Amino acid sequence: MAEFVEQTLQPYFNYWIYVILMMIGLWALIAKNNLIKKLIGLSIFQTAIILFYVSMGVKEGATIPILDHHGGEHHEVGHPTAHPFLEANDAGKAGAEHPGKETKKEDHGHGEKQEHADATSPDPDTMANPLPHVLMLTAIVVGVATLGVALSISQMIFREFGTLEEDEILKEVKAGTDDG
Amino acid sequence: MLSKVFATIAVAITGSLLLHGVADFPGFGDPHSPANAGVPGSESVSQYFITKSYKDTKVPNLVTSVLADYRGYDTMFETVVIFAAGMAIFAILRVTGDRNVPAPRRIDESTFTDGDHSRIIVGTTCRLVVPVIQIFALYVVAHGHHSPGGGFQGGVILGASFIIIALSENLNAALRRLSETNYIRIACIGILIYAGFGVMCQVLDKNFLDYGVLQPLLFTDGPEMARSHSMLGVEIGVAFTVTAIMFAIYANLSSRGLLRSGL
Repeated sequence: MAEFVEQTLQPYFNYWIYVILMMIGLWALIAKNNLIKKLIGLSIFQTAIILFYVSMGVKEGATIPILDHHGGEHHEVGHPTAHPFLEANDAGKAGAEHPGKETKKEDHGHGEKQEHADATSPDPDTMANPLPHVLMLTAIVVGVATLGVALSISQMIFREFGTLEEDEILKEVKAGTDDG
Repeated sequence: MLSKVFATIAVAITGSLLLHGVADFPGFGDPHSPANAGVPGSESVSQYFITKSYKDTKVPNLVTSVLADYRGYDTMFETVVIFAAGMAIFAILRVTGDRNVPAPRRIDESTFTDGDHSRIIVGTTCRLVVPVIQIFALYVVAHGHHSPGGGFQGGVILGASFIIIALSENLNAALRRLSETNYIRIACIGILIYAGFGVMCQVLDKNFLDYGVLQPLLFTDGPEMARSHSMLGVEIGVAFTVTAIMFAIYANLSSRGLLRSGL
């Protein structure tokens, strides 16, 4: 059991949580009879996907994908070392902090490593992956919009049938077609 | 009952298959996972965004620069999706007059007037909080490319401030401040601002939403700053649409399409 927790559960716990949440949502979608409860299931399902994407973008010891800046290039070297990730970055290359840094940026011939020490072009490992954040940002807002449409449709169904229970609606729909 | 048994079986099978696949995923927080680092030996798209985005766009918030510039086309149509959702709710729920609508619950309108003492705590708190929320929302929109925030977030906060008015007083109070005509207009203007930036780039002989070419129009130092300023512009467009549609969704759902009284 301890071995299972250490080797399977611990390094992959984000995926376990996403699978469990997603299955709760899926179960609600299939098994629940009430349309509002199905919508709650749909939202839980969606949350699982959002958690999954965001957890994919996590990097150990990385910070949020927003650069340290002080009004663009016009500003004379703000203090890049104020940020922990840059401090860690510069530890190996003590020379990176001297005042000639700004002029070095103009020179496009320098190597990859020096470029990474630059405050405007950080080492990718020091920042969380921005792409999943972007995708989920739009997904959340679109999720709200689609939930609104779903709620308005259920409101119309309630107005028409006086119930939100799926089996009762189906019964009435079938009775209606028999009459016609 | 039987459906629940089948659902449990289906969910158990799907879940166990997914959990079986989990072992092949990269560990949590691994900076060298395929999603973060791409194929070994080549630069992944997210690495490109992190290392080059500031040079390309002069926007420190990488999420915003990816959202509004690299993936600008996608974001434009996300905004259109929200607009379409708002219009769909309008088409489904909105009724004028009393046609086809069951009589609304008896609501004594007099209990919702501004001078009513039974709501004095809620009403006063909301009146104090709403301006602060709105200023914060404008900050989130305007500062979206320098700090966490942007059009979607700021728009939702701004929409929430109108919903708070509707909740604390009544829907009519909120509609007096943002009427139906106006919120539909604002939603359209938001899309027009976003698409307008794109069309303007086309007029200047570049691709749709290739903001760099707007430099002479925006009086900026270089095409990078033009991108930065255009991003602020499209974020404002997004915020317009999101604000209007969030309030439209609440207004229509809470009043069953009557836009009267509300909850």
